[in-house]
Amino acid sequence: MTSPTETASGARAVTPAVGRARASGRLGNWGHRNARFLFPAPAVLLVAAIIVYPIVYTVWMSLQDWFASSLTGPKFIGAANYQKILFGDPRFREAVVRTLYFTVVVIAGETVLGVAMALLFNREFWGRGLLRTLAILPMVATPVAIGLVFVMMYHPTLGVANYLVSLTGLAPFKWTYSSSTALYAIAVVDIWQWTPLIMLIALAGLASLPQEPYEAAHIDGATSLQAFWHITLPLLRPAIVVAILFRAIDAIKTFDIIFIMTQGGPANSTETINILLFNQAFSYFNMGYASSMAVALFAVVMGASLILIKLRRTAAW
Amino acid sequence: MVSGGRRRSRLRTAGFYALAALFMLPTVFVFYWMITLSLKPQVEATAYPPSFFLFSVTLKGYREVFTKYPFLLYTWNSLVIAAGCTALGLAVGLPAAYSVARWRQQRLALTVLVARIIPGISYLIPWYIFFRHLRLIDTHAALILTHLIVGLPIIIWVMIGFFEDVPPDLEDAALIDGCSYFGVFWRVALPLVRPGVVATAILSFVFSWNNFLFSVILAGRQTRTLPIAVFNMISYEEINWGTLAAAATMITLPVLVLALIVQRHIVTGLTFGAVKQ
Repeated sequence: MTSPTETASGARAVTPAVGRARASGRLGNWGHRNARFLFPAPAVLLVAAIIVYPIVYTVWMSLQDWFASSLTGPKFIGAANYQKILFGDPRFREAVVRTLYFTVVVIAGETVLGVAMALLFNREFWGRGLLRTLAILPMVATPVAIGLVFVMMYHPTLGVANYLVSLTGLAPFKWTYSSSTALYAIAVVDIWQWTPLIMLIALAGLASLPQEPYEAAHIDGATSLQAFWHITLPLLRPAIVVAILFRAIDAIKTFDIIFIMTQGGPANSTETINILLFNQAFSYFNMGYASSMAVALFAVVMGASLILIKLRRTAAW
Repeated sequence: MVSGGRRRSRLRTAGFYALAALFMLPTVFVFYWMITLSLKPQVEATAYPPSFFLFSVTLKGYREVFTKYPFLLYTWNSLVIAAGCTALGLAVGLPAAYSVARWRQQRLALTVLVARIIPGISYLIPWYIFFRHLRLIDTHAALILTHLIVGLPIIIWVMIGFFEDVPPDLEDAALIDGCSYFGVFWRVALPLVRPGVVATAILSFVFSWNNFLFSVILAGRQTRTLPIAVFNMISYEEINWGTLAAAATMITLPVLVLALIVQRHIVTGLTFGAVKQ
């Protein structure tokens, strides 16, 4: 990323005398002078229409009481929806806790596995290209297809997952079919899908590490474990932090896999904010209440992202 | 005779490859399982214990996907929407990315980044209300517009990086020769970033193709995309796994192939240029 050091007007200035040469009518001249506004204009308009306006509308709607199925219009009720999600709705509170728990579980798993894999694969070896190619596949595969395959693998009596478990001598699991294991079963899918991203980010970080500290440490007689602990890990930290925050933003928002595999069940055991909100909005058409949840979810994700943006600025790449 | 040191290094290499295989096995296995299930006849697909290598091959699952469902219509919908979203995204995203790179419009770039951070579901309620009001639900237009939420930020952010790599001297020379900014963008910058355009186009196409959340609400009977169609099949087919796996394979295989073409840019795209490979 570039640093925002140069001002808008100062960047790559061309001598004004040149401007005259291309005069193809007044309109062309005007267009040329205002190019910096005209170029992004269509994108700005589009962003305003499909992003900014809906968000403003959602905030407005969160202050209303309105069912999309009703014949009467929205009724202004102030902050009552927020009061309800904060104090009056245990289901929402549980969803928040569940969302954060799910996020922590998948990120812990992905980070430990991803960094371990990056450390293992940070060397020249035959098949390095193949490894990178394979790592890409889970990240881009269609979520519905992934969810579907895991649904079939998780089948309690016919699925291959329990067959593989039985080979290790353990008792079979019920995976997504039991409220005590469903969230973990989905976390496994997320970890399967996104560990490669952390690995690739960590590998990129490892590739940019300087050699000098290692040479100095070697001369000083440090063991490779000491070098790892005191040199690699601190230097790799910015890359890992960014990887974690990118994943955190998406993990909080996880929708596809959960909706496809369990739709929040069994017994609400996989109902995250996203799923609860979706059902409020599009099963019960409780638009005002769902909008206040959307704003709350937005606040959670935005908080995480602001940390990301701040940390990204200070990260040394 | 092999000396002790060399034997040890060979053991280490073998150990490394064993560990590497162990780590990559889950990745490979899920895709392997999807494809083999799609080729197995029903009895063998649900056999327990499952057969991993030896099974009879049938294309019945693939045939059923086309005979029992209007799968071609769904494919067409997915294609139109992903292509439309990508074309529109490039048309407005490329000039914007160029502008951000050339005039350092960081604030614009950050706004687009925020759009990527905001949960998609926050847009969905207003969109649903508007599109219902405008009778645009179940149209390609509504889906193309909403899929831009996923496509446009990726196009802009990845392309900023590519445009920044265009040597400023080249552009300035063209300006001095009397070229307008539009001419510089069209004739100098754009040809130089063509590989980037191909990569971002594919990324945007893939993310639109994969999109589930927006389509599940805004697509209707006529515009249903492949992910939604396959999701609906889960409840109809129950344990008719050959057919389900065939559908899963068919929707995800094109994406995997496309992704392999631009694999160098995938991580850059997913991390919005924060990580370059």
